[in-house]
Amino acid sequence: MADVALRKVVKRYDDVEAVRGIDLDIADHEFIVLVGPSGCGKSTTLRMIAGLEDISDGDIMIGGDVVNDVPPKDRDIAMVFQNYALYPHMTVAENMSFGLRLKHYPKAEIKARVTEAARLLDITDLIDRKPKQLSGGQRQRVAMGRAIVRNPKVFLFDEPLSNLDAKLRVQMRIEIKKVHQKVRTTTVYVTHDQVEAMTLADRVVVMNKGRIEQIGTPNELYHKPATRFVAGFIGSPAMNFIPCRLEDVGGTLQIRLTDRIAFPLPPARAARYNALPRTDKLLLGLRPEHLTESHAHLEPGVETFDTVLDVTEPMGMETLVYFGLDGTPVCGRVNPNAGAKDGAPMRLAMDLNNMHLLNEESGVVL
Amino acid sequence: MADAVVRQPGVARPASARKRASLHNILRRKSTAAFLMTLPLILLITLLVVYPAFYSLHLATLNKSMQRFVGFGNFEFLFRRDTFWLVVKQSCIFAITAVVFKALIGFIVAHFVHNIPAKGQRKWRGMLLVPWVIPPAMSTLAWLWLFDPSYSAFNYTLAFFGIGPIPWTGDAAWARFAVILVNVWYGAPFFMIMYLAALKSVPDQLYEAAAIDGANWWQRIWYVTLPMMRNIIAITTLFSLIVTFANFDIVRILTAGGPLDHTHIFATWAFRVGIEGSDIPLGASVSLFMVPILAVAAIFILRDVNKRGNEA
Repeated sequence: MADVALRKVVKRYDDVEAVRGIDLDIADHEFIVLVGPSGCGKSTTLRMIAGLEDISDGDIMIGGDVVNDVPPKDRDIAMVFQNYALYPHMTVAENMSFGLRLKHYPKAEIKARVTEAARLLDITDLIDRKPKQLSGGQRQRVAMGRAIVRNPKVFLFDEPLSNLDAKLRVQMRIEIKKVHQKVRTTTVYVTHDQVEAMTLADRVVVMNKGRIEQIGTPNELYHKPATRFVAGFIGSPAMNFIPCRLEDVGGTLQIRLTDRIAFPLPPARAARYNALPRTDKLLLGLRPEHLTESHAHLEPGVETFDTVLDVTEPMGMETLVYFGLDGTPVCGRVNPNAGAKDGAPMRLAMDLNNMHLLNEESGVVL
Repeated sequence: MADAVVRQPGVARPASARKRASLHNILRRKSTAAFLMTLPLILLITLLVVYPAFYSLHLATLNKSMQRFVGFGNFEFLFRRDTFWLVVKQSCIFAITAVVFKALIGFIVAHFVHNIPAKGQRKWRGMLLVPWVIPPAMSTLAWLWLFDPSYSAFNYTLAFFGIGPIPWTGDAAWARFAVILVNVWYGAPFFMIMYLAALKSVPDQLYEAAAIDGANWWQRIWYVTLPMMRNIIAITTLFSLIVTFANFDIVRILTAGGPLDHTHIFATWAFRVGIEGSDIPLGASVSLFMVPILAVAAIFILRDVNKRGNEA
């Protein structure tokens, strides 16, 4: 087990910079998830940690040692690939023990480790089968088993669940979490699925265009996003961004969304945003769960307005409602019994205590 | 059952109508249609392969004047001749050595080509295939000139280093070396292109997984590349073995079997005794002798391929 550190790591392909100077400290035992859209550099970063890609600039350290020029086999890492990368001509046991056999471990120890890993992953019955005879989920377990038997310093996962169907993905997600709780090996996990990132990670690293947008615990990213990209990427349905501006009316600061709709800001928020220039183009960031049906008894800071719903999506435990505010599409989450119907008028409540205010140009959360 | 019940009272139905109906049914069957559609090919194969094969079997049982049936007489005669066993030995040496070197060179060159960046790869692939696409009868003529003892480029070049002159086609050992060399030169590109295709089908991630597992480049070849290519290697080797055993043009042009029959292989010797020696039945017997050898090899190799066919 070891900590991992990236210092100003850059990856260039000819003229294109895929990774643009990343700094990241991963603590021992930590489960870090790199998340972002395709082409954001997350897989490249992982492959650089693995040693499968050369780094163009900067340093990568594993357990305090700079490993820039150390080949993958000497980095003491194990990797789980998206398409499993099991050797098709070897049985499950042979696949799992391949690395140990290359390092000439004693046979008894290899057997013990394989048996233990197979038990941990519940694949003891499959040990003599060839990968072709396994389902996708079983192959994924074997790939994980191959990583576990090595007892490496770091586990690297490269989108390991992408090839599985939705149900199996949820199941394997829990398995991975359980395995990490048992073996506690430092883990770097790459995914484009923000749900996977949120559910698995101790800390999530959100990447965009080769840079780190924000590093934080799942809760921090959800409740205190630093940029518009993070605010929009984390959470499903995504956060609403409504163009707005600040106004002073009779000594109170209020936020104007449309010509008709403007609300006074709750005192805490007013104090926070009071110094902002009134001319700035701003965006109100509001998660769908903070746009609900109106109640008789509203808390302070919750304001109501009337709108006409475009579309409703009943999800069972909630109904998603879609409507427009001056042409900006907005999504809210209402109680399924609130009577939301396609094309019907509805009074909604906006919880400004949980609002975010963003600078439209820079995308920074203020 | 239902048919029988319906037909019982149908006495009035004329027999010809029933016949026509059953013919109609046969024609409507899918297997019939498939058979009819492949019939031209079946006829062609019968004409070009099956008929000559059986005809040569028939020929091999006749006497020299092709007037009398002698059974296995031709084979008995062959087995008593030293030249025949020399040809058997030479055919085996020729085919096995050539195939081994073709496979080895093809494998190594395929690796080099595989590692050339995609842009330049096509050019190299094309150039390396040239020996294989030139008609061997023509390219062997060029080799014949290269091997010429007095005026050849080889001996001329070697003379600079004080070596030679080497009797390329005049000495038994050198002549065998020469025909094998030309055959390897001609056949290696086929292996190269087959192995290159096989290499391209091995997923990169297997190599990455092996690299992380701690395999060096040799272990990666031994534990990943070779097992992944086993079927292609087996089939290519079998195919090449058959073609090389049956080779005719290279030996015929380069040495014509000489010196003193020391480069004859089955096909050239069959030509010598059959056509040039006017003993067609004996020539047919010589060429038939290859069949059981190749059949045994084919059975073993294909059985192995079949066994592993479902792995990948």
